[in-house]
Amino acid sequence: MKADPSGVLTGTHNISGNYACAEGALAAGCRFLGVYPIAPALEVSERFLQRAKKVGATFIQMEDEISTLAAVIGASWTGKKSMTVTSGPGLSLMMEHIGLGIMLETPCVIVDVQRVGPGLGLPSQPSQGDMMQARWGSHGDYELIALAPSSSQEMFDFTIKAFNFSERFRIPVAVMSDEYVAHLQEEVVIPRAKDITLEPRRYFDGPIGSYLPFKRDEDLIPRMVDIGQGYKFHVTGLTHDDRGYPIMNEECQEYNVHPLVKKIRDYTDEIIEVQEVNIEDADIIIISYGVSSKAALKAMEQARGLGLKVGSLKLVTVWPFPEKRVAELAGKVNAFVVPEMNFGQVVLEVERCSYGKSNVFFIPHGGKGVEDTEDILKAINQAVQDDRIIDRIVELR
Amino acid sequence: MKLWRKPFDLDKIKIPCGEIHIIEERCKGCGFCVEYCPKDVFEMSEEFNAKGYHPPKITNPDDCVECHLCEMLCPEFAIYVTLKKDENPAGVKSEEGK
Amino acid sequence: MEIPKTMQQEETQGSRSGMDITHPMENVLRMDRIPHIWCPGCGIGLAVTAFAAALEKAEIDLNKVAIVSGIGCTGRVAGYVKLDSFHTTHGRAIAFATGIKVANPDMKVVVFSGDGDLIAIGGNHFIHAARRNIDMLVICVNNFIYAMTGGQVAPTTPLAAYATTCPFGCVEPPFNIPYLAESSGAVYVARWTTLHVRRLMNSFVEALNKKGFSVVEAISPCAQYYSRINRLGDGLDMMRFYHDNTEIRHGEDTKNLDIAYQGKIIMGKFVDRERPSYTDRYNEWLSEIKDDENEPG
Repeated sequence: MKADPSGVLTGTHNISGNYACAEGALAAGCRFLGVYPIAPALEVSERFLQRAKKVGATFIQMEDEISTLAAVIGASWTGKKSMTVTSGPGLSLMMEHIGLGIMLETPCVIVDVQRVGPGLGLPSQPSQGDMMQARWGSHGDYELIALAPSSSQEMFDFTIKAFNFSERFRIPVAVMSDEYVAHLQEEVVIPRAKDITLEPRRYFDGPIGSYLPFKRDEDLIPRMVDIGQGYKFHVTGLTHDDRGYPIMNEECQEYNVHPLVKKIRDYTDEIIEVQEVNIEDADIIIISYGVSSKAALKAMEQARGLGLKVGSLKLVTVWPFPEKRVAELAGKVNAFVVPEMNFGQVVLEVERCSYGKSNVFFIPHGGKGVEDTEDILKAINQAVQDDRIIDRIVELR
Repeated sequence: MKLWRKPFDLDKIKIPCGEIHIIEERCKGCGFCVEYCPKDVFEMSEEFNAKGYHPPKITNPDDCVECHLCEMLCPEFAIYVTLKKDENPAGVKSEEGK
Repeated sequence: MEIPKTMQQEETQGSRSGMDITHPMENVLRMDRIPHIWCPGCGIGLAVTAFAAALEKAEIDLNKVAIVSGIGCTGRVAGYVKLDSFHTTHGRAIAFATGIKVANPDMKVVVFSGDGDLIAIGGNHFIHAARRNIDMLVICVNNFIYAMTGGQVAPTTPLAAYATTCPFGCVEPPFNIPYLAESSGAVYVARWTTLHVRRLMNSFVEALNKKGFSVVEAISPCAQYYSRINRLGDGLDMMRFYHDNTEIRHGEDTKNLDIAYQGKIIMGKFVDRERPSYTDRYNEWLSEIKDDENEPG
């Protein structure tokens, strides 16, 4: 099979999540991959390299994850869509440059193939333990977008979606995959290049000398230029004004950092995506994301078979969290069941947004493979029996 | 200018004369220009600039030979030198060269 | 959103010294940001002057030059030079610059940062960029101390010199930057003090036109911290010291370039050699791959 010169390998393939991620990146126009080897993310760079020459993409393996994300941000300013792949320990090191990417408002994509932590953990086992780290790990206030794929097809689709978000909002976007999705061989349908919608980078095209790197358009997003076009701009990771010059006072801090948060919060309706099944008549809703949603959907079907009114809310974008939708549902249903492959991260958001109006049952998961359908069913049964409001997370084991 | 030996092309060579421009407000009074000017053109001023530093003042403007060392040695980008307009066209011997 | 008042004031501060300034470096420096933040008697301004002069002398297209700085006093340089300029995280300037160079090999990339930034927190990136021979010029301003944070011991602080975090004298042997650079694979290594500003400029010109990882160490007086803690006088006194205690030895073995506390400083151009750069090797590797060899089925 011949690849399209634009990088799209149109057709139906039986490939792993990691390969699908590399294909998604190439289809989205990613032309720079910086990596540091880490299990279980290795196959993304392997596949990318196989295809690099044909599509004119560049690849570099750096000396650590810190420099990797630094190089990716640098490369993004040359006009190349840039990406890195890593796992938990690498994401920890990347926190420094997630902050820099936010401050320099640089589009880039970080794929985190999550493994069990903390510390070095179990490199070969899946987990969802980096969700809060991605959201809060870098110092200071920021907003970022995180997507959670649950299959090879979604690895492909969400990687493209991540590039589109990063260009649209000039922000680093995280794809929170896990070891299970990464190595699962599944059918992936790659459409034709013309059927893939790509968000173009929004360039400044005014005269040289008039470019202000952080002058925001009406929609709060500043425009970019590439290095080497003659604009001779300056950008800094310090608190800065529109010119990109550091200004060391509180007013500027407000002027600079508030829009960084606002440019995402104002567009949450546009960004947030959830997949709802059987929500209309549900008494109990399973809120899940990533690979857990596979088990969640199966548990929902089995519970429906038993005559229980169970629905499923799958988060496509975990960050920003769909607060409004969860709050809306909180008054209507008896309980939320949250299966997560960690000891409680996104469930805290669910509890926050349910305002004590419905019970929250949480199923912790320490690392024995993926989420178990049986566990979710048990939690559903418990939720059916407990119909008084407890107003705190019930941890089931 | 004192010459140890009279060069053969002395009458063709003209010693350039520079005009020194000091942007006083930028000066932080480090004194590098005063110390290292090969012609001792500068002296520290008694006056203060807006920032409270003593900028250099030019005491021997005619001695400047436009070597630009003060320009290169000013860490504040506060001095620059331009070539002075030709009052002494080429080929005319200077007083000392006679 | 309205621009706060204090920021507008800041905006005019630079041009206040106004008149009709036609400083010859007007087109390579952001004069709207001068006066800069460096203390009286600091040598970083001299390194910038030498660099600005070198940019003009090297006759390169300034649109195709990017400058990246890290954090610290010297980290502010990028903000004063009128090029595509980036002020990045502490120690990661070389990593950031590597990304730029690899993604767009047409750019000439300069990293301008301090000793603490490049050799301590950024030491790993320094040796690996040298090993890969990424085509960039690294200018390391060495003032023997962490100055912006108030005079802490640096990896270049000479043995027995005082710093706020070694009040009884530095107990760690310092790095010899040219030796580190040469042994890691740099193709051009030179050292000057900022007093020898013309020689420094000439080294910058040579290094800008050199293909490969070039390192120029610029020894600079820190008149506020290093000199005050060690009672070495002001910037001018340190300059006088450099004047009397430096020796030019081109081609000297970089092993012999350790700097002892108030000892003799050996300067010159030590290394000028040829090695294929990262981009060369990468392109060579690309040209060897046959078109269908790696095509996935």
